[in-house]
Amino acid sequence: MSTIPADALPLQSHETHDAHHDTDHKPSFFTRWFLSTNHKDIGTLYLIFAIVAGIIGGAISGVMRAELAEPGIQILTGAWPLGAGTGNFDQALHHWNVLITAHGLIMVFFMVMPAMIGGFGNWFVPIMIGAPDMAFPRMNNISFWLLVPAFLLLLGSAFVSGGTGLGAGTGWTVYAPLSTSGSQGPAVDMAIFSLHLAGASSILGAINFITTIFNMRAPGMTLHKMPLFVWSILVTVFLLLLALPVLAGAITMLLTDRNFGTTFFDASGGGDPVLYQHLFWFFGHPEVYIMILPGFGIVSQIIATFSRKPVFGYLGMAYAMVAIGVVGFVVWAHHMFTIGMDVNTKMYFTAATMIIAVPTGVKIFSWIATMWGGSISFETPMLWAIGFIFLFTVGGVTGVVLANGGVDNYMHDTYYVVAHFHYVLSLGAVFGLFAGFYYWFGKMSGRMYNEFLGKVHFFVMFIGVNVIFFPQHFLGLDGMPRRIPDYTPAFEYWNKVSTIGYMIMAAGMVVFFINLFWSLAKGPKAPDNYWGEGATTLEWTLSSPPPFHQFETLPKID
Amino acid sequence: MKLMGWAIALTAFGLTPASLGAQTPPAATPEVAATPSAAAPAPVATPAAAPAAAPAPAPSIDYAAPVRGIGAPDGRKGIQEQVTEVGRDAASFHNGPLLIMCAAISIFVLILLGYAMVKFRRGANPTPSRTSHNIVLEVAWTFIPVAILLGLAIPSIRLISKQYSPPPADVTVKVIGNQWYWTYQYPDNGGFEIVSNMLKEKSEVTGGARFRTDADGPRLLAADERLVIPAGKVVKFIITSADVIHAFAVPAFWTKMDATPGRLNETWVKVDRPGVYFGQCSELCGARHGYMPIAVEVVPEATFNAWVASKGGTPKGARPSSEAISSNAPAPGAAAAAAPTAGTPEADRAAVAEPVVNQPATANN
Repeated sequence: MSTIPADALPLQSHETHDAHHDTDHKPSFFTRWFLSTNHKDIGTLYLIFAIVAGIIGGAISGVMRAELAEPGIQILTGAWPLGAGTGNFDQALHHWNVLITAHGLIMVFFMVMPAMIGGFGNWFVPIMIGAPDMAFPRMNNISFWLLVPAFLLLLGSAFVSGGTGLGAGTGWTVYAPLSTSGSQGPAVDMAIFSLHLAGASSILGAINFITTIFNMRAPGMTLHKMPLFVWSILVTVFLLLLALPVLAGAITMLLTDRNFGTTFFDASGGGDPVLYQHLFWFFGHPEVYIMILPGFGIVSQIIATFSRKPVFGYLGMAYAMVAIGVVGFVVWAHHMFTIGMDVNTKMYFTAATMIIAVPTGVKIFSWIATMWGGSISFETPMLWAIGFIFLFTVGGVTGVVLANGGVDNYMHDTYYVVAHFHYVLSLGAVFGLFAGFYYWFGKMSGRMYNEFLGKVHFFVMFIGVNVIFFPQHFLGLDGMPRRIPDYTPAFEYWNKVSTIGYMIMAAGMVVFFINLFWSLAKGPKAPDNYWGEGATTLEWTLSSPPPFHQFETLPKID
Repeated sequence: MKLMGWAIALTAFGLTPASLGAQTPPAATPEVAATPSAAAPAPVATPAAAPAAAPAPAPSIDYAAPVRGIGAPDGRKGIQEQVTEVGRDAASFHNGPLLIMCAAISIFVLILLGYAMVKFRRGANPTPSRTSHNIVLEVAWTFIPVAILLGLAIPSIRLISKQYSPPPADVTVKVIGNQWYWTYQYPDNGGFEIVSNMLKEKSEVTGGARFRTDADGPRLLAADERLVIPAGKVVKFIITSADVIHAFAVPAFWTKMDATPGRLNETWVKVDRPGVYFGQCSELCGARHGYMPIAVEVVPEATFNAWVASKGGTPKGARPSSEAISSNAPAPGAAAAAAPTAGTPEADRAAVAEPVVNQPATANN
């Protein structure tokens, strides 16, 4: 482990005059932030990136909710970027498809994943296992900087032709043949390259985390003593490593179908459009666990901290995540129940999907058991974590409904599905993100957030997201399809309610940003362990913020 | 080749309003005007030109006006009224065991959380316990969910099995998704073709073009030509696409099946109530994805035959015992998909054209 700084010259020269470790020797601004090899700085970059992407992705969903506030097309015929900026009706409708595609891709690849894995993972995995940094600090840097051109490619695709209008309007699933013969022009190619870069970034990050967690744990930090957040990242990065190459292959085949005359997904040349769906969802289903598992880890840390109790059933919690990861690879076709699959295949995927509810249930009940008998205080992170448990449960039970292949014939591609996956992602993963952000904000920035504003943010957001997404169950059950910019008048009432929910949620986000900027500028200084005796992981043994290089003498875990 | 199809489909869509403009409003037989141009994009070779060539088709039938609460969304907070047996089975499975499971588990978790938050708040319980294991509890919350899931899986698997057990078909309809309209072919009835476009609002059409009235159906759901099928009969849908993936969906039948280019997917319905039922394309298919509704008119068999005749098709020969058989047979319901191997349109035509073979099979089913 002492060899790690050896290949990093700035660090080495830094070590030579490190006798006075009250003053951190930080590189100059450009070196520190653009040539960074420090896991905490890279984690910060990831978090800033995720917040920027989240603002863009969230603004796009605002445009979508505004359009859906009433029947008819109101916004899409307006000025770009709200609408297509032309009088052509088909281009206005194409713009809708560009919005839904961008919202999905941005939130998945450029908001949740960078924040969870790149942000909190980078910041706290090395610290929690008692390591001085990530195993491959320069690779860590390239992981982040691949994400920036990836995001620019995706945003840039909105300015070039995608067939009917500007931008890629294929949905985040990029199904062939809509994405091949159905979308002329370079927009879809740019979106595919964007996914290639984002995927490469994640694969490099995954290799880095696996190496770090397996090789750089402090003496005594066995796998079965690792904090659950580290376990969650470990399982997540294995999913990334195994799933992303399949996506990369599938979208490369799309690319050659589009540009080089291959027919992997074109029946007229002997290919099969359904093959693309199998490949995509073989990646896509693990991807949803990639988004939620780190949230599980964050919530486990927070529930234990604020209950002042160790996590209940630690081994069960860790291996429940492993089980979710493993089973998550063999359930993909439940996203494709209406492709016309064989009856036995449909029965298998129904049964296999339902099994995932078991380890998930173990986690829900273990969190509650962790609270049971505890001495619970309700600071902002704990509110988000409790909110996460309940809302994830609601999203989970509708998932069990959708798992039934025979029932899914009705719900498939309706707003019921939209409601379900936003309950587990927007109200699950995002609640996990906010929980982690408030939990570690003082540790990362050295300043405390404002507790009152944090709580206001939580309650406003809790109400807002439920008002957005709960009525969408009703819309789905009444038959409203996904991905339509206009709807029959019967759907008007609940769509209006949903849009009002968006406004409430947006007000909550304003509170969040006020709190963020106020706290960064004027927040009181954060002590080393501001959560007290319940916070037992290694990051609380360090100063807030931690020194530029921590654990130059490795901690011993007993 | 595929590019050509795409280009032709686009061009054809552009032409369609013009062709509609040529016909007179409340068009009783709109297809006469629409067919020559609209049939052109149909990429599958059919004898679709027949109705246009026929000098004087029989008068069309009277189409049903929609009934509120049946066959179309009405703003309710639950599943649409089901008009097939499979649909009713599936709806009662959802509204019964599944909904109870959802509510019970959510409320159970909410109560546990609420209790823990009150009982174990720092003010009430300043000293936390150190308990972090309880084997009995952990085994219980692993295996009780397993038991609940097993209880759900059994009816769920049975439902899938039922959906995949189609009785022999009385009528076969080939459904073809196009950007952005549907075509319906009737291979059993002379192979004529119906082109179904969304009806625009009065404010959106010019001249004497046909526009939507409330008798046609709700906005965005009404179509100029409805897919007509007989009530009480097993109707087999063979579903495919001419360009990108679409999905043929009628919520009131519990039917949803992707229309994939290069594939023939199969599903079936047996609708027991005449009326009109609406659905929408349910797979993102490009710009006008939200503007390709499905309108299904379910009519008594005699009316169906009259309708077929009005389209220049050939009604099947009189089948005297068919009513008796359909009332005796266990009504098998709707919405299922069969293995992709299950038959080409030609094979179906041969099978269905021979009612003597069909009837015992239906009775046995």
